[in-house]
Amino acid sequence: MQLQPITLISFGYFEQNFLGELVAEVSLEFSSPVKIITGHLDLSNFHDPTRRQYNGNDLLKKVDSMFSSDKVKTLGLFSVDLYIPILTYIFGQAYLEGRTGIASLYRFGNERYGMEKDDEIQHARLKKEVIHELGHMFGLIHCHISSCVMRSSTYVEDIDQKGLNLCFNCRSKMGISRTQGRS
Amino acid sequence: MAKKISLLIVDDEESVRDSLYNWFLEDGYRVERAEHAKKALSMLESDHFDIILADVKMPGMDGLEMLRRIKSLKKDSIVIVMTAFATVDTAVQALKDGAFDYVTKPFDPDDLSHLIRNASKQIQLTEENVALKEKVISLENVEDLIGDSKAMIKVLKQVEHVAQSDSSVIITGESGTGKELIAKAIHANSHRKFFPLVSVHCGALTESLLESELFGHEKGAFTGAMYNRKGRFEMADGGTIFLDEIATISPKMQIELLRVLESKSFTRVGGNKEITSDFRVICATNRDLKSMVEKGTFREDLYYRLNVVNINIPPLRERIEDIPMLVDYFIKKYCISMNKPPIPIDSAALKRVQEFDFPGNVRELENMIERAIVIGNGKEIRLKDLPLGKSMIDNSVESLEDNEKLHIHQILTKYGWNISRSAKALKVDRVTLYNKIKKYGLKPAD
Repeated sequence: MQLQPITLISFGYFEQNFLGELVAEVSLEFSSPVKIITGHLDLSNFHDPTRRQYNGNDLLKKVDSMFSSDKVKTLGLFSVDLYIPILTYIFGQAYLEGRTGIASLYRFGNERYGMEKDDEIQHARLKKEVIHELGHMFGLIHCHISSCVMRSSTYVEDIDQKGLNLCFNCRSKMGISRTQGRS
Repeated sequence: MAKKISLLIVDDEESVRDSLYNWFLEDGYRVERAEHAKKALSMLESDHFDIILADVKMPGMDGLEMLRRIKSLKKDSIVIVMTAFATVDTAVQALKDGAFDYVTKPFDPDDLSHLIRNASKQIQLTEENVALKEKVISLENVEDLIGDSKAMIKVLKQVEHVAQSDSSVIITGESGTGKELIAKAIHANSHRKFFPLVSVHCGALTESLLESELFGHEKGAFTGAMYNRKGRFEMADGGTIFLDEIATISPKMQIELLRVLESKSFTRVGGNKEITSDFRVICATNRDLKSMVEKGTFREDLYYRLNVVNINIPPLRERIEDIPMLVDYFIKKYCISMNKPPIPIDSAALKRVQEFDFPGNVRELENMIERAIVIGNGKEIRLKDLPLGKSMIDNSVESLEDNEKLHIHQILTKYGWNISRSAKALKVDRVTLYNKIKKYGLKPAD
């Protein structure tokens, strides 16, 4: 089955090499064409000075209204600390079976947890988060298989534990056959 | 698959409701939202929710008042209270009023996941507890033990008495009389009922297999013993072990069994560690153990060790007054399992069933009724639905003449006394059939 095309929008600076790798991984995982574009938003409108974080709900709505269309799955890439009113932080979020999602690099850096900076780990975590949110946008809920990228992760350690790929069950639910995409 | 947990989010802030709604949807829960307590209470009247996540500060009725009302309606409801203004007093009050937990907004994603996982676990345990209690009650009743004949009442009284003790029991009776059911009834009514009832069919296993089955084995004890394995005596710790067809065990196993019964300890095959187990033993046999002892094929000391109490189950032919009740019970049992309304049995059919010898006892009757429901017309069980003639082994019918008479009668009954069809089936002409009817004085049944 051919899934909808995917557009990734980078808001802020991301290394070109990393974006290239991300496009390749996402495209391979969903067997779908993936495009990357640069977006511009005044993030100060989403900043909560008391929490010193950015409102993920409002950002998701903004990306949805300004950049999304029904023909494409659109995911915004950010590098700021995201929150939603009820939670202290989020790595990203998406409309379940919807057209829009967001993910942020901010909390994936080792240096935030008192460890040595490691770009490779940080980027691997963001790749997993992007594929995870896109999975929700394609209608997948959290998966209980420990290696599946759709497993719920509330800490970076959880993200490191799981793989970069969808498990066989999740792929079947999406209608992606074994031969399509990654084996 | 585990059942889908349902959640109700009650909060006056739209952003909070929506955030939680999306979060839980992604986790695969069924989620609904209410913006105030009144709406939530009205939703709870018409729908069931496993978990209710409620804000404390809401206009109108607050979360704590709502919690009290929910608890007065449904005591087992799981309510998690959320608030942005954490005070110890509110938390204590919420927990006193029956809240499952209390969280302060905003909370860590991980705390939220843990909270819901714990609540789900609580729901699962409560449901398991209810199911297990029902199972225990159904076991106590042991519904398949049907009968109010004198013989059966005597057996049930024995079961009641013997259940209270830890004595060994031998259940004797013909095949199909329900020896295993009696063993289950003894176990289910004993103080051991919350521990396992482990059944071993001794007749189905070779000596070496039975040894490994009863005592377990250590890895490498013999070819194919790839893992350590617990034996049935070990598994029955705290409970009861039921040894069916005890008369079939070999002399070597008889010695082993005697030793275990005396010491309640044993070693696994290939092992050297002494294992102790607290079990009660119930045996069953359809053979006469006493005469086996006299012949020397069954050890006398083992016989006396096992035969502290003997319960003999009478064959069905000796308690025919129980047949209508059993028939009724099996009709209900199989109609329910086949999703059909219970059907009656026609009086002629019931009369014939009561006259039947039932060499296979209750098991044969049960199979007969099940078959009749499957092949019958779905309205009632008729004589022709019952394989009474085919499986009947009537010891009184030994001569060729008697067999001929019986066979002709069965064929005539089968074809509703239609002479032409019966003669065709018997492959004789009509005149011959008339002569035979006259000779044997055959008449249609009432």
